[in-house]
Amino acid sequence: MEKFVSVESVGQTFDTKNGKFVALRDIDLSIAQGEFVALIGHSGCGKSTLLNLIAGLTAPTAGVLLCDGREIGGPGPERAVVFQNHSLLPWLTCYDNVYLAVERVFGGREGKARLRERTLAALELVGLLPAEQKYPNEISGGMKQRVGIARALSMQPKVLLMDEPFGALDALTRARLQDELMKICAATQATTVMVTHDVDEAVLLADRIVMMTNGPAATIGEILSVDLPRPRNRLELAHEPRYIDCRAAVLEFLYEKQAHPRLAA
Amino acid sequence: MTALSIVAAKPSAVAETPPAACAEMYTDAHPDAHTDAHKEIQREAALEAAIAARAAAAGERRARLRAFLKRALPPLIGFALFIGIWHLATLSASGLPGPLQTWKAAVVLFADPFYQNGPNDQGIGWNVLSSLQRVAIGFGFAALVGIPAGFVLGRFSFMNAMVNPLISLLRPVSPLAWLPIGLLVFKRADPAATWTIFICSIWPMIINTAVGVQRVPQDYLNVARVLALSEWKVVTRILFPAVLPYMLTGIRLSIGTAWLVIVAAEMLTGGVGIGFWVWDEWNNLKVEHIIIAIFVIGIVGLLLEQFLIMLAKRFTYENT
Ligand SMILES: Nc1ncnc2c1ncn2[C@@H]1O[C@H](COP(=O)(O)OP(=O)(O)OP(=O)(O)O)[C@@H](O)[C@H]1O
Ligand SMILES: [Mg+2]
Repeated sequence: MEKFVSVESVGQTFDTKNGKFVALRDIDLSIAQGEFVALIGHSGCGKSTLLNLIAGLTAPTAGVLLCDGREIGGPGPERAVVFQNHSLLPWLTCYDNVYLAVERVFGGREGKARLRERTLAALELVGLLPAEQKYPNEISGGMKQRVGIARALSMQPKVLLMDEPFGALDALTRARLQDELMKICAATQATTVMVTHDVDEAVLLADRIVMMTNGPAATIGEILSVDLPRPRNRLELAHEPRYIDCRAAVLEFLYEKQAHPRLAA
Repeated sequence: MTALSIVAAKPSAVAETPPAACAEMYTDAHPDAHTDAHKEIQREAALEAAIAARAAAAGERRARLRAFLKRALPPLIGFALFIGIWHLATLSASGLPGPLQTWKAAVVLFADPFYQNGPNDQGIGWNVLSSLQRVAIGFGFAALVGIPAGFVLGRFSFMNAMVNPLISLLRPVSPLAWLPIGLLVFKRADPAATWTIFICSIWPMIINTAVGVQRVPQDYLNVARVLALSEWKVVTRILFPAVLPYMLTGIRLSIGTAWLVIVAAEMLTGGVGIGFWVWDEWNNLKVEHIIIAIFVIGIVGLLLEQFLIMLAKRFTYENT
């Protein structure tokens, strides 16, 4: 497998009021083109920090990150981010929030009508066409999160970075969007990194699950390859021995090997 | 809250106690005629219910009246007390006109607020309007300069570090100290007064805009960075809407001080304007007119403030 994104001995130290805080150390990870990687670990271990590094929103204090053979120097639309707190602009409607992204990526070469089509298609994908003209403070938390997803997907990024994108959703919507995401990833061959707390979600979606140790100074504890065939069906998987094994392995890591998250400073 | 609880309490109290009392009365009068009494009781109960419903409606009206009084009464008492003290104070002290005298003068004055007898004798309406005009022009220029300057200072920390000490130095200076400079540069009184308004309005505009730009949530800027928006798009789609509430606060503070300063500036420069008018009436020893002017200045200032608060509410976005 050819590596598309690579993280090479990366460390992240924050300067805080109480001195230096080592959030991440010695992270080494290569992600192949089209691969789906799930990042899992206890709260506060540094998953968002790692995702922000890949996004280019923050610069590492040690090591280097590469994407498509070039060093990641900053963020860009080819690496779309679904933020943990959705980060919609409150003065724009759902439509305009997505349109802002669509216009930026495709505005140079496509007409207004086509941009509008793209925006509506992205909103339809997450089932939010009816809320198109609503403002973020008029919709529920889960709906906001879905607009955030629509915004990222509408950009057709090479790398899709998602920070707990389905965290605020109910089980049914979550399942529907997981299925939708699998289809999109299969169709677009987007390289995807998804932070999650949910073991089932990780096993269902990911090619590899990166399990992180507890912070501070967190690093990668184990990497599990989920060699289940695609397309995957959640109902069939439930009885698949390999699926059950993967699930057990992640649970064991989280609740035995990393059972006592030290209270993060 | 209180209105609701009163409404809820009233009907039940009316509906429950009387039928019980009736029942006792009838059983006393006809110990054997139970059914008759029963019917009577039912009829009475229905009647009572009707009365209760009407009482409830009345209760609701009363509750609303009470709520209104609760809101309106304290300010009314405040004003009444103020006028009372004013009246008592003017009984002994000589020269100060009392409330009644002022009221009579006001009636005469406001009968014709827009008369014009030459440049130095105009109705109070013209004086207020020309003061407002000066404030508007001075403030308009301040906004034109101050808002872009605030954006630049908020966005580029080098500029901020460069200009901030200067602003800190100049801001505490009374804008009236700038009046002679205005007179020197503009050679006329009118633009000099406008100039002081410009000076006093510009500081809150710059500072609030700059603070607003610095406080734009990092999340929104991250969106801009991931999308790699052009600087123009960043300003129009993210910075401007996010900073607008701060800018409106700056505008409110600016106009507030401008309205304070214009009175003093006009006293010094003369011409037409509420400040000049106050000074002129002092020279004419029409003290009741000065008191009227104080109220007019207060009311206009209050209206300006309320209008801007309304505007700010319209443009404040709930954080999601
Ligand atoms: N800008 C910062 N300055 C200082 N410390 C930070 C900063 N950002 C994150 N941290 C610290 O780094 C650690 C990792 O934070 P991070 O947000 O990456 O956790 P996470 O794994 O995403 O947690 P969660 O699952 O709750 O979202 C935390 O202890 C946090 O306090
Ligand atoms: Mg996180």
